[in-house]
Amino acid sequence: MARDLEVALAVARKDALAELRGRHATGTTIFFAAIVLLLFGFALGPDARRLEEAAPGLMWLAIVFAGLLAVGRLHETETEDDALEQLALFPVARHALYLGKALAGFAAMLVLGVALLPLVALLYRVDLLAAWLPLGLTLVLGTAGFAAVATAYAALTMRMQAREVLLPLLVLPVVAPLLLAAVKATTAALAGDPFGELASWLQLLAGFDVLMVIAGAVTYRFGLED
Amino acid sequence: MRTRTLGWVALVAVVAATLNSLVGVPADLNQGDAQRVMYIHVPSAWLAYLSFGVTALAGIGWLWKRDLRFDWLAVASAEIGVMFTAFTLLAGAMWGRPVWGVFYQWDDPRILSTTILLTLYSGYLLLRRMTDDPIRRANRAAVVGFIAALDIPIVHFSVEWWRSIHQVATFGSPARILHPAAPGAFVIALLSMLGAFTIAWIYLMIRRYQLAALEARIDEAARRGTLAAARAAAEAGVPEVVPRAGEAIR
Repeated sequence: MARDLEVALAVARKDALAELRGRHATGTTIFFAAIVLLLFGFALGPDARRLEEAAPGLMWLAIVFAGLLAVGRLHETETEDDALEQLALFPVARHALYLGKALAGFAAMLVLGVALLPLVALLYRVDLLAAWLPLGLTLVLGTAGFAAVATAYAALTMRMQAREVLLPLLVLPVVAPLLLAAVKATTAALAGDPFGELASWLQLLAGFDVLMVIAGAVTYRFGLED
Repeated sequence: MRTRTLGWVALVAVVAATLNSLVGVPADLNQGDAQRVMYIHVPSAWLAYLSFGVTALAGIGWLWKRDLRFDWLAVASAEIGVMFTAFTLLAGAMWGRPVWGVFYQWDDPRILSTTILLTLYSGYLLLRRMTDDPIRRANRAAVVGFIAALDIPIVHFSVEWWRSIHQVATFGSPARILHPAAPGAFVIALLSMLGAFTIAWIYLMIRRYQLAALEARIDEAARRGTLAAARAAAEAGVPEVVPRAGEAIR
């Protein structure tokens, strides 16, 4: 178990290092998400009240779209130069590799989310600082669940011709409940949780995360040994 | 030959049960003839869930036993399940328009979860279609079927909460008509439709499974043919034989 964790951290560190040394995938996805946020404003604006009401949903949609790119990219770099074969040859547990890749995806999405928050506050005039703790919790749980699902499916599709189309088609329906819960939790957090529903949405997110991390860990080898 | 007999039985049963639910049972007092849609809607929904259950189990069976027959079962049930999910939504929309005034009701959690179900398994079928190699296809499909099946209860809970936190649905969902208060003739009509549809489902499953088996044989023959052609060409000294698309040599 400790060994698996070590492997997972090593894989995640490798991805983070590659990212820092110039792959720039996260930077690109942040830019993409920022444009999406801006375009949502064009689509729904210029009524500022409407934008403010829709802000939680728009923010999460931007995170989901950009997250698809980020996690897909993390696996694409593996298929270049046969890096994946090398990775698959390591005599370590497959679920440890999954945890590492999911962890890297989670980290990339967390950076993405943190970068987007001030932009959301600025563009849609939402006061995020007042509810920073529940918002942060929602962001962590939401991006973790998304990374768990997207990593599992990215491994399945990375060798396919049509992966750019297929990955969203497979991931989006599965994360539908996650999106719903994350948007609801964000809305509740911003409104000061008037109905006391925040905790149940966070629990739903946590349950989703646990279930999908286990599912991804169990099934990762079938994509890897393809 | 026995499968064909089953097909005829299914046809007769579906026609008889449909006629009964169209003219045999009286129309609903409040909803009129629109309520008769329920006789298709509920059996379709039941078969959709049954199919996806089979898909998930067959996928696990494949990963465990490594027998491609499990995968044939999985593709049969997934395709038939998608069809019945579409039936469920279509029938629901046809019923919703006269009774609710809208085709698609965002207030009803069941409609939302059924729509997500349709997208989940449409993705499953697309992934299958885009993978040529039978082993890889079975592997990938099994993983997607497994995760989708895990997702179904979460989808169900989430949309249920989503709607119920603000308001309770004012209109009865189709299933509420089934409340024991319904007259006996209605219950019998629905049960006979359920039975007839299930027989038809078994027939479709057998046929689709046989089709999958045939497809696998054709694939195999094509692969052998390509291999043999490549060998013959190599022996004859012809330099290059490029396999046609979809006939990858492993």
